[in-house]
Amino acid sequence: MEPKIKIRDMNFYYGDNKALKDINMNIYEKKITAFIGPSGCGKSTFLRTLNRMNDFIEDTRVEGKITLDDIDIYSKDIDPVELRRKVGMVFQRPNPFPKTIYENIVYGLRKNGVNDKQILDEVVEDTLKSVALYDEVKDKIHKSALELSGGQQQRLCIARAIAMQPEVILMDEPTSALDPISTMKIEELLLDLKENYTIIIVTHSMQQAARISDETAFFLNGEVIEHGETKVIFSNPRDKRTEDYITGRFG
Amino acid sequence: MKKIDFKSKSGMQRNEKIVSSVLFLFGIISIFTTFGIVFSLFEETVLFFKEVSILDFLTGKEWTPLFEPARFGVLPLVFGTFLIVIFSSIISLPIGLGSAIYLSEYAPKKARKILKPILEILAGVPSIVYGYFALTTITPIIKSIFPDASVYNALSAGIAVGIMTIPMVSSLSEDAMMAVPNSLRQGAYGLGSTKFEVATKIVIPAAFSSIMASFILAISRAIGETMIVAMAAGSTPKMTLNPLESIQTMTGYIVQISLGDVPYGSIGYKTIFAVGTLLFTITFILNIISRTIVRKFRRVY
Repeated sequence: MEPKIKIRDMNFYYGDNKALKDINMNIYEKKITAFIGPSGCGKSTFLRTLNRMNDFIEDTRVEGKITLDDIDIYSKDIDPVELRRKVGMVFQRPNPFPKTIYENIVYGLRKNGVNDKQILDEVVEDTLKSVALYDEVKDKIHKSALELSGGQQQRLCIARAIAMQPEVILMDEPTSALDPISTMKIEELLLDLKENYTIIIVTHSMQQAARISDETAFFLNGEVIEHGETKVIFSNPRDKRTEDYITGRFG
Repeated sequence: MKKIDFKSKSGMQRNEKIVSSVLFLFGIISIFTTFGIVFSLFEETVLFFKEVSILDFLTGKEWTPLFEPARFGVLPLVFGTFLIVIFSSIISLPIGLGSAIYLSEYAPKKARKILKPILEILAGVPSIVYGYFALTTITPIIKSIFPDASVYNALSAGIAVGIMTIPMVSSLSEDAMMAVPNSLRQGAYGLGSTKFEVATKIVIPAAFSSIMASFILAISRAIGETMIVAMAAGSTPKMTLNPLESIQTMTGYIVQISLGDVPYGSIGYKTIFAVGTLLFTITFILNIISRTIVRKFRRVY
């Protein structure tokens, strides 16, 4: 199968500091790819190069090539705003806008000029259902999103990303601020979503990576030490450092 | 075992009490002063309204308290103040908000470091300097565009008041916008928003209450501004909406009378208290409106 995203000889710099070294990776469509590794190993930085969120940090630089459907996303004629519509993102802490649940979900559509109430209503209902939030909030979709619990807020943020109909969804430790039950619900949700979306998730929890991902990449000090099928990585790692990390000897 | 002594060290508690009562005294001074001002205003105002009916005062269209026949309709002064508020707002609200958006959302760190202090210098310029600026710079420009504008006119003073209140709007709005958490901006960028969309659809709505409060503060300041209007707007109480004419504001009238030789206790003397009370009431109401807006629209992120 042809990879959805290809990363070739990629280096990333914060100023003079080389934060990512010589990354080569293929990411496949409609699979969950997990990035694991200790804090500060570059996995979040790498995730953010895939939708060019690092562009906002002053004095950063990318070398090498990243392609999405064989299009170079760092080429001059790519508008990062358009790229981010195709590559959605969910953050570590739930960050719903201080608006109603409804307005949170339709934010992106309205921005793209969709104002037909019937379409918007449908999208709100569909996306809330697809993140399994509809039954919980159907009576208060015109109330502030900030009244929801942390887990519900995070599912709303996923709904907000899905409403844009992206191709890829990036998730930066989406459950690290949540309780175990909310975490479980989100994991179930991700397994449903991979039918339609390519999902890349950064996680601190090796158990989480083992539970939900198809592919796992292990990062250490800005390098990809090992990347492959999750089953293989966790049962039969090739590299000694991977084995040490997943058996809890460091990290 | 060593015993711990919990007894107060000598005099500690007494000192605390003294500190607390001294600080209380400082607090109470400003409250008493406010009451004192209100009382002295109202006392003379009541005497004024014994001679002139409130209705005539509030609805009269002629203001000639020092001439015969004396008329005490305050509307011309209110119109004058209104003109100043309109033109200063046209300048200060968009420019102030625009520079706040630039500083908080667009400006690179280096630009902000240079621009913010410069804006704050504008706030430190004494208003009499703005008065000169209006008379010697703005008025000639206006006269070159509109040759039949009068030397003293509302437009010139209004523009100067507007420039003076820009920093008030920009720095308060910018503080409010900077207080909007970055995670909201990131979320919006992650959904494919441009900087402009983030500013207008996320940051400004989130900071709306404080931005409105800064607008109202700037308007209150324009209503109360005295030196610029006394110098550049003229001293002709007039019911007009033409900004090129010479007018007089409420504050401008009070200055004129205070500096003149109107005898103590005369009706002319009492008019300034009535006008002062009206001015106080208007700014007081604006203050309440701004507090209500802040409370009603305050967002908890």
